[in-house]
Amino acid sequence: MRVIVDGVGQTFRDRSGHAVEALTGVTFAVEAEELMAVVGPSGCGKSTLLNLLAGLLTPTTGRVGFEGALPAGRPATAMVFQEFALFPWRTVLGNVELGLEEAGYAKAERRRIARRWVEQTGLGGFETKYPHQLSGGMRQRVGIARALAVDPAVLLMDEPFSALDAQTRQLMQEELLALWTRTRQTIVYVTHNIHEAVWMADRVIVLSRRPGRVVEIVGVKLSRPRTETMLGDPAFLHAVERIWSLIRSEAQDALREGAA
Amino acid sequence: MSVAPIAAVQPVVDRGRVLRRRPHRVARVLGLLALLLAWELLTRTGWVPALFLPAPSAVLAAGVEMLRSGELLVHVATSLRRILLGFALGAVGGVAVGLAVGVFSLADAVGTPIIAATFPVPKIALLPLLILWLGIGEASKVAVITLGVFFPMAINTYAGVRHADPLLLRAAVSFGAGRVSLIRKVMLPSALPMIFAGLKLGAGTALLLLVAAEMIAASSGVGYLILNAQNLMETTTLMVGIVLLSILGLLSHWLLVRLERLALPWKAES
Repeated sequence: MRVIVDGVGQTFRDRSGHAVEALTGVTFAVEAEELMAVVGPSGCGKSTLLNLLAGLLTPTTGRVGFEGALPAGRPATAMVFQEFALFPWRTVLGNVELGLEEAGYAKAERRRIARRWVEQTGLGGFETKYPHQLSGGMRQRVGIARALAVDPAVLLMDEPFSALDAQTRQLMQEELLALWTRTRQTIVYVTHNIHEAVWMADRVIVLSRRPGRVVEIVGVKLSRPRTETMLGDPAFLHAVERIWSLIRSEAQDALREGAA
Repeated sequence: MSVAPIAAVQPVVDRGRVLRRRPHRVARVLGLLALLLAWELLTRTGWVPALFLPAPSAVLAAGVEMLRSGELLVHVATSLRRILLGFALGAVGGVAVGLAVGVFSLADAVGTPIIAATFPVPKIALLPLLILWLGIGEASKVAVITLGVFFPMAINTYAGVRHADPLLLRAAVSFGAGRVSLIRKVMLPSALPMIFAGLKLGAGTALLLLVAAEMIAASSGVGYLILNAQNLMETTTLMVGIVLLSILGLLSHWLLVRLERLALPWKAES
């Protein structure tokens, strides 16, 4: 399913009632089965963009939607959160079943699907553990299993691995790509990590500082499957350099202003 | 690679010492025993007359005697019936109102000022009014306990619901949760720890109000037992009543802690 973002602007009111423009005139399309990364300096509206796609926000201007038939019983999107957003009172299995409950699956069917995704994401043996008993990497596996269990047409990922240490992150990126070669969802992957974006994505949307707009969409000319050796590939380095050159001055401005 | 001779090494100063706390398991038991022993000695030697403070052994003996005669059971059963009924009504009502006020903005707007205005009234002050309305029998005593438990329960449930993690609410909504799902799967579980804190608070209040109500207008119950014993100058019986109340308080707290562990397994070992 294609994701269409057409002339989208988003304006918030802050506490004192001032209008804050988070996004302006954002237009792009994500092709079916494409892994699209979104990068930008702090406060560029990356998360706002995901919330718009997830239906948690309605755009102030423009349209957000999907193109192509949605198979019956499948939700358009499911989200993986930066801080995992697991329910502390639910076990691993219970957390994975959450989306299935809301989608109206019967209990036995929920169990069966949840167990399958628990296995697929390397959580086998942890079914009855609570989130606080798991490491960060394992927690995010639960977050990914929960999202994939509902079989969404589009997987939305909000800096899913940025709370993890560097080694765990690398491994999780590889696992996610391996999963994706099987499931072939359309993925919108928000990150502030340029290397991560380039290594994983087919294309990278570069957003400007607030109000966020599309500066450029950089294509990544790397074959799949992606391997660690590609981190030294000229195509990889070229894309990273290109994106950094687009963001650098804006990131510096953001740093100076102390914008979070 | 060379290492300096051992003698020349300045050892690291143990600065963490001030942060460590020892459990002192023996001292816990010993302190309690010492208190009892001192009490016993103080009364045995006649320093304190038994009329003012009977010896622990005498209190225990009187308690056993009252248990045998069945007198104790009558008072305890009456008190338990009042407190359990009042506690249950107050807890259920408090959670229901707290949930409604926490979830619905209209209920919040209407309910919060009313609760804020009525909450500070000491509930025991309402007993005369309640007796006027409900009579001097069981209903007024149960009602005053219900009121005493209702407020901490309502306020704690409300706070628990309102402090539900916005991230979890957002996550649930992103997976298609509606209002009912949000209440059942996010707000209520989020509020459970606060609800249990309210139950423990309410249990203390309930005991206090029970005794007060039984001292004001009753012909049975532990509160009546204590007041009546004082009128008759039976200090030993009076002390039996006090010990009974402390056991009741300890027991209810222990039970609630147990229940909390069962209901909140995700908190058990954190």
